Amino acid sequence: MESPIKTTEQMATLKGLIAPIADREPGPVLLCLQAAQAHYGYVPEGAVAVIAEVCNVTRADVHGVFSYYSDLKKTPPPAISVRLCAAEACQAVGGRALAAAWGEACAADANLATATGTDEPVFCLGNCALGPAALVNNQLIGNASVDTLKSAVEAAQNAAEASL
Amino acid sequence: MTVWFVPRDAAALSVGADDVAAALETLGEQVVRTGSRGLLWLEPLVERADSRNGTRVGWGNVRASDLSESAPADTANNFLGVVEELDYLACQNRWIYERVGIIDPVDPDDYLSHGGMAGLQRALELSPASVIEQVTESGLRGRGGAGFPTGIKWQTVAEQAPVPHKGDPVDAARHKYICVNADEGDSGTFADRMLMEGDPFCLLEGMAIAAHAVGADRGMIYLRSEYPAAIAVMSEAIEKARDRGWLGQGILGSSCNFDVTIRVGAGSYVCGEETAMLESLEGRRGTVRAKPPLPAIEGLFGTPTVINNVLTIASVPSILARGAEAYAALGQERSRGTQVFQLAGNIARGGIVEVAFGISAHELIFGLGQGTKSGRPLKAVQVGGPLGAYLPADGLQVPMAYEALAAQGAMLGHGGLVVFDDAVDMSEQARFAMEFCVEESCGKCTPCRIGAVRGVEVIDELLASDAPETAEQLLRDLCDVMTQGSLCAMGGLTPQPVLSALDQFPEDFKRAAHRNADAVQGVVHE
Repeated sequence: MESPIKTTEQMATLKGLIAPIADREPGPVLLCLQAAQAHYGYVPEGAVAVIAEVCNVTRADVHGVFSYYSDLKKTPPPAISVRLCAAEACQAVGGRALAAAWGEACAADANLATATGTDEPVFCLGNCALGPAALVNNQLIGNASVDTLKSAVEAAQNAAEASL
Repeated sequence: MTVWFVPRDAAALSVGADDVAAALETLGEQVVRTGSRGLLWLEPLVERADSRNGTRVGWGNVRASDLSESAPADTANNFLGVVEELDYLACQNRWIYERVGIIDPVDPDDYLSHGGMAGLQRALELSPASVIEQVTESGLRGRGGAGFPTGIKWQTVAEQAPVPHKGDPVDAARHKYICVNADEGDSGTFADRMLMEGDPFCLLEGMAIAAHAVGADRGMIYLRSEYPAAIAVMSEAIEKARDRGWLGQGILGSSCNFDVTIRVGAGSYVCGEETAMLESLEGRRGTVRAKPPLPAIEGLFGTPTVINNVLTIASVPSILARGAEAYAALGQERSRGTQVFQLAGNIARGGIVEVAFGISAHELIFGLGQGTKSGRPLKAVQVGGPLGAYLPADGLQVPMAYEALAAQGAMLGHGGLVVFDDAVDMSEQARFAMEFCVEESCGKCTPCRIGAVRGVEVIDELLASDAPETAEQLLRDLCDVMTQGSLCAMGGLTPQPVLSALDQFPEDFKRAAHRNADAVQGVVHE
């Protein structure tokens, strides 16, 4: 996988993105990582060094922050992100069974598996009275089932195609 | 013109509220988007205002497909009548949630016409010391879980002089901060989210009151990334509050200067712990700090900092507007005022219930919540999030209040109650509590970092062993070490769900142990 931050121009793009943050905000390292991820969809190789330089901290400092937070990704995200809640309130209404059934549905359908990638559980989406809950891209799903998840993925795919 | 109200709260959106609003608009109806009333099992709950007196009647579980030809009719099966007369709402005493579900959350005029800003106006007429006195007299305690008296915290910050950011060569100005902890990570809690999505100006007003009281010039809201809708609503509200002069220089014509920014979390549960939150706000790994120094003395960027939960801060405007005495008259012992309870998990009528402290868990779950959603017998209720104890079905008479719960070895936490029916295996829940701690421990202290990993292993041993007494003793010892030796509540309270499961539901551990032992020996059960 080719990192989008290799050439001098590419580095300048990232610098242009994060320098205003570093100038304006105290404690900017996490903000810069989040800004890089918002721009590229993940934090590409090479970004850590640029952020370290702009924020005037060591690469180790930046890497430490990068590796701590589960939101920050090293690799590009799947086309559609599907996150099932794995916490107690959703467990109480069949969250574990749904996760297993969703895994099977993905295993049985290569298109679905490719579109959604590896599912990452999430601990609580704040929809604890209407569980099981899931987040498909930024769309919160209540009373989730394999069928509602599939239609949410489909809707997200259609929305992505429409925006192209 | 008939006005229709459709929630834009994330829970309502999760079951199709946007489609319902669009369908009504297609019919040519005027639609106002509101927060949610908190009767979540009825979402999407659509309301219509009576053109004569403004009384709002409602329909529950409205589907867009039902609206292809006409708007909901009073004769429909899902017609609820006057919404505020529904038993679930009529019995509530809403202070924090007084406007949620009623107003358009991002309309400042709607906020003003429903009593918004009365608290801040009152506060600005008072000296900072008198505001703190009011908060102290109200008996308000931290709603994030720790229950520390808010007035004392504010007093401590008020007594400190503002200082420049520690180690910041660029900005030499002196600051104090108001930090709102909106990292609502506990499963079974959603009251912060619904408040921010349903009445964001209330939170900003509370922050401004706190700023006036302690002499702070800056505010930050640490909002978790799992709440994209709340981030959007809060951001819009901050912009509008600045336009109105509710934030910025000389708030409401006073000498108070105060502005607020949002920082979004990055998926770490432990960042809800106040010192880990400070680390994260400063852009670092969200690891816990040892105390002292207290954040009130040396907090964000080394400055004196008030750290309060969303609900704590959002309680303040109505306390100032309606009077500390009226607030303190509610509740019991040192649990004064109202608590926003959240009924969650396997419950027929889940949602938000704001009532005075002292109501029993039984009344909340069976009276208002009407028991399990599955219709099966209730087996356990986890109170206070993933670090809270599991109460058995016959232990639900306990009053929901700080002292009464502590006496039972439980805690109120953020006020969430997660209901489980008899299908739950409590040994699995105990194991999950340890797994969760493995996943989310910040790693700074050993009892939590290593203890949680060992906890999972020992529970597995216990469940696989045909002589589980040794493993059980080991688990209890380990829990003791974690409770006594951890730096913060993450490792310190993880033993609560584990031990309560073990103490209240020992049969689940034995059954699991037998099943696992049989599996090893190849015995097949019918």
